[in-house]
Amino acid sequence: MSKDGVDSGRRRFLLWSTSAVGAVGAVGIAVPFVKSWSPSARAEAAGAPVEVNVGKMKPGQAIRAEWRGKPIFVLKRSQESLDKLQQINDLLKDPESQKDTVKQPDYITGINRSIRDDILVVIGICTHLGCVPQQREQLSPEEGGGFFCPCHGSKFDMAGRVFSGVPANDNLEVPPYSFIDDNTIIIGVDKGAA
Amino acid sequence: MTRGQQFMQWIDDRFPATKVWNEHLAEYYAPKNFNFWYFFGSLALLVLVNQLLTGIWLTMHYNPSAELAYASVEYIMRDVPYGWLLRYMHSTGASAFFLVVYMHMFRGMMYGSYRKPRELVWLFGMVIFVLLMAEAFMGYLLPWGNMSYWGAQVIINLFNAVPVVGEDLVTWIRGDYLISGATLNRFFALHVVALPIALLLMVFLHIVALHAVGSNNPDGIEIKKNKDENGIPLDGIPFHPYYTVKDIVGVAGFLFLFCLAIFYFPEGGGYFLEPPNFTPANNLKTPEHIAPVWYFTPFYSILRAVPNMEGGVVLMGLSIVILFFMPWLDRSPVKSIRYKGPLFKLALALFVVCFVVLGYLGMKPPSPLFTLLAQISTGYYFFFFIFLTFYHKIDKTKPVPERVTH
Repeated sequence: MSKDGVDSGRRRFLLWSTSAVGAVGAVGIAVPFVKSWSPSARAEAAGAPVEVNVGKMKPGQAIRAEWRGKPIFVLKRSQESLDKLQQINDLLKDPESQKDTVKQPDYITGINRSIRDDILVVIGICTHLGCVPQQREQLSPEEGGGFFCPCHGSKFDMAGRVFSGVPANDNLEVPPYSFIDDNTIIIGVDKGAA
Repeated sequence: MTRGQQFMQWIDDRFPATKVWNEHLAEYYAPKNFNFWYFFGSLALLVLVNQLLTGIWLTMHYNPSAELAYASVEYIMRDVPYGWLLRYMHSTGASAFFLVVYMHMFRGMMYGSYRKPRELVWLFGMVIFVLLMAEAFMGYLLPWGNMSYWGAQVIINLFNAVPVVGEDLVTWIRGDYLISGATLNRFFALHVVALPIALLLMVFLHIVALHAVGSNNPDGIEIKKNKDENGIPLDGIPFHPYYTVKDIVGVAGFLFLFCLAIFYFPEGGGYFLEPPNFTPANNLKTPEHIAPVWYFTPFYSILRAVPNMEGGVVLMGLSIVILFFMPWLDRSPVKSIRYKGPLFKLALALFVVCFVVLGYLGMKPPSPLFTLLAQISTGYYFFFFIFLTFYHKIDKTKPVPERVTH
């Protein structure tokens, strides 16, 4: 090919500038494709709060509710199981729920991880890889009652706190919830917000 | 010229039909000493065609929505004429695909088929393997059974291990705050359109790269070094008709076993189709025991062997990534296992044992003994690749012949 009369500096400038503009266009057109994978407006709106009546629960009894498609465990704890929580701190990874990765509202603190001592509300999704743990009256004599995940053997106590030596690293998540009256909790509405 | 020759001339003046036929079949010279292990490349193509055909036909009856998916699969199984056969050909085909590809990869490891000048053949093949895993994983969600659902839950949640953006990434992949119809729909699109296109492209590149350098053989020597006066390798025979006919024998043997599975063990004893998948997806109830389909279990075992989520995810990823580097890790002066020393033979045998052990453990619920076994096997899995970098210094090799042996 003849190179006569070619201004190579000008040609290089045109090559790079058109390439750069083309690259910007490519990034721009990628945006709608990438964004369309995010949850749709309908999926975002599907997260309405759920009410659970806890008035007729007996100590040791559990209710499963569904909130935003996730299983919610509502558990009424006896005085013995509350006492047990105090004794097993040494067996736990994070007894006081102080790790940065723990998900619980600000008004949930301490060992019991609940607004009212006897009622525990946690999201029933293992913090390891998302299976649903099963409630067990007795995990072992030392550990007391709690939850056992069938997928990879993670164990949580009656406050949803994770035991040491299992794959999960974090305590079970506590959803935002509050009491409407003595017998009714509402999941998805923060305490003080209602 | 006859009418037929005139027609071909007309075509060849406009499209390189005869040229392509000759370059890739009639005058593509393959080593004459191929053995049993060389069936698996053409068998992989056969299974690919099976998956494409049965897959297209299944989409004609399947409904990719959370409300209707499970019922539409039942409809295919019970009401669509021969629907059961199409589905079993597809689901058994998935297992057959991995079996064939694992054998094909093992052949490459035995005879050093990944070594120079076939590095790109190996790399393209590895990309095919990764695409195949994605394809199988997404396909497994489509029946919308409970194992589909929770298997996808576990695998998608692996992306939580990505620092900082992990959680948003998981939501983005799902398209919802839990696995839902949105996830099912996009997996369907990827499974039936995007990934098959990518797979076909990579298979094309795999074969183009192979035909540029020529096939390796069980002796691991280059037949192009010894050519006759016409430039044809002395130890080569035209792929067509010699190997096309030979491959038909492999196809017959394969189809015999494949049909046996389709007609008599379509669920593979719970290994091809898992029992919990015969109940619909339930987002509130995890099956008692979650295990992936058998072809993923070796890697799943590596994930579980680490008592820390991030570590497990990284190690599992590494166990696949490290395979890409085989061509540069192996420094032996000879390619084929036939001329390598006893150390390599032992190391490769142990590697296969560990891979099978990991696969077995991945199907079983975890226990302290099994976890320890998985950790030992994982350790050896990775040691094998370190071994590849130094065994040439300590392992004896035999002299490599000039010409292929029989």
